[in-house]
Amino acid sequence: MEKFDKLTGVAAPMNMINVDTDMIIPKNFLKTIKRSGLGRNLFDEMRFDRDGNENPDFVLNKPAYRKAQIIVAGDNFGCGSSREHAPWALLDFGIRCVISTSFADIFYNNCFKNGILPIKVSKEDLDNLMDDAERGANATLSIDLENQTIEGPDGGTVTFGIDAFKKHLLLNGLDDVGLTLQKADKVDSFEDKQKASQPWIAGAATV
Amino acid sequence: MSSPKTLFDKIWENHLVDVQDDGTCLLYIDRHLVHEVTSPQAFEGLKNAGRKVRRPDLTLAVPDHNVPTTDRTKTIENEEGRIQVETLQKNCKEFGVPLFDLQDIRQGVVHIIGPEQGFTLPGTTTVCGDSHTATHGAFGSLAFGIGTSEVEHVLATQTLLQSPLKNMRITVEGALPEACTAKDLVLALIGKIGTAGGTGYVIEFTGQAIRDLSMEGRMTVCNMTIEGGARAGLIAPDQTTFDYLMGRPMSPKAGAWEQAVEFWKTLPSDEGAVYDKEVTLDVSEIVPQVTWGTSPEDVAPITGNVPYPADFADPGKQQAAQASLDYMGLKAGMAMQEVVIDTVFIGSCTNGRIEDIRAAAEVAKGRKVADGVRALVVPGSGLVKEQAEEEGLDKILVESGFEWRDPGCSMCLAMNDDRLEPGQRCASTSNRNFKGRQGFGGRTHLVSPAMAAAAAVSGHLADVRDL
Repeated sequence: MEKFDKLTGVAAPMNMINVDTDMIIPKNFLKTIKRSGLGRNLFDEMRFDRDGNENPDFVLNKPAYRKAQIIVAGDNFGCGSSREHAPWALLDFGIRCVISTSFADIFYNNCFKNGILPIKVSKEDLDNLMDDAERGANATLSIDLENQTIEGPDGGTVTFGIDAFKKHLLLNGLDDVGLTLQKADKVDSFEDKQKASQPWIAGAATV
Repeated sequence: MSSPKTLFDKIWENHLVDVQDDGTCLLYIDRHLVHEVTSPQAFEGLKNAGRKVRRPDLTLAVPDHNVPTTDRTKTIENEEGRIQVETLQKNCKEFGVPLFDLQDIRQGVVHIIGPEQGFTLPGTTTVCGDSHTATHGAFGSLAFGIGTSEVEHVLATQTLLQSPLKNMRITVEGALPEACTAKDLVLALIGKIGTAGGTGYVIEFTGQAIRDLSMEGRMTVCNMTIEGGARAGLIAPDQTTFDYLMGRPMSPKAGAWEQAVEFWKTLPSDEGAVYDKEVTLDVSEIVPQVTWGTSPEDVAPITGNVPYPADFADPGKQQAAQASLDYMGLKAGMAMQEVVIDTVFIGSCTNGRIEDIRAAAEVAKGRKVADGVRALVVPGSGLVKEQAEEEGLDKILVESGFEWRDPGCSMCLAMNDDRLEPGQRCASTSNRNFKGRQGFGGRTHLVSPAMAAAAAVSGHLADVRDL
């Protein structure tokens, strides 16, 4: 996983609530067995018409936002399914950061596994950042994860909160499977204890 | 004496392997369900790192999202879908994971087969790379959806890194009126709390209306908890739960069974346990519910009308409502019962169980599917299908003009060939009415199985109580 420390990039405004994972990556693109290559279908049904022509009104098709690395969006971003294809598609397109007032829990967790930083801000801060993002060519935000700040084009700064462990993993690009495997002895002793107290848990699945 | 605990607190504490200094918990996972869409990249990750599946005996796999619902003997025509199913078969073989394959009568929607087999048990933790894992909470199992990276983490370590969740209690009072079901209950609830109302919480459902539900009904309620934003829904296990589980193939066997039941009886929340949030809903006056928009919170009674965007206080919601009406091709103010449909889908992890098929057949009996309406019934599993056929429900439905299909996720998310064409409108027993969910440009109205059957025979959204 690529680490995330600082990012300065164009922020695209998506001023709508409940951007769901079906919008981010429609189900016809979930048939892949790979993580890569989903960027071309990010927001597919909003970005393209049925013949594959670009919808000029969609934000990521506008010249100023074609290389956006940040999305600023309304409440409850990423609601719906657990598909990690949603952050994979965002990342493959080049999006490294999403800013909203709230995120659906599973999507929020999935972002951290893929080097994407989801930032929760207050309604007031979101309104200001949305105004910043609507400036087209000047819609540049600078994110500093270490210091937990977002700097706008006019130099105004917003601070944000984040779980310390998630921040640590992201700053260092760490694979948490490897970290957990270091605790194998604790898992072993948990299993021994459970086997004694709830013997019906083990051995259930057979064909 | 320790302080009173909630059902959630008990399960959580019982599964803690480690707590880091920053509060992050390493949680043991007792049950891992796997399907073909969200697992290939996880198995690939294991392979690349030279890792094994730690506990294949706690892992159960089934193909469901892509599978055809007609003629199982043929190969899947869509190449990518076929490759996904074949990849699951190959991975299960290589890693020793038990698999209910396409030809197996036990194959079905992943959240139907877990409970059906007795794999889902009270007091356990259950995960799956699918948001509707919440379904298993009906048994008092802490069950939630995870992403593919987390699937890989569970396969390799049988644990998950999690931050503690908050407790919400929703007390559902009153008795459900006639013709109202668990689906109407949960739609009414999401209409009340909104699709982000449960974000960050585990919801425990209590109250008379919940206790009165069958296991099938409880599963419908917990299934849609995720549409209310919560990771998981929970219902305390009781005699209804034990009766459902006894004798199922993977349930505890005699000897262990008594010990298990004794343990399960200690799980319900203690008197005086504190919740971070409380919500109360009285369902004694509700009428059958339908959705009008493109978010599950866009709910109206079947006796009601399509709302005006100006009815909503929040500007964001006004904008979303207008976009919904445009997409759905509906006029504000029109009666819900004037909405003409051309497709009906009965099935899914929300409403694909035997009770749901019975409810649909009861309405269909002696009636005909309206002209121009295509109506699919997709049982949730091969065993549900078999039981329905033993009860003669398939004959009733087919005589009425419904199509009787093989089990799978089907038109709930339209990854196989069962999908809406642009502009088509469906009364559906599934869980999401998102734009394009059932097919590009398709329009979805979420309803109960009885209401779906009523729409099928009427040709428009209809009040099942009037039939």
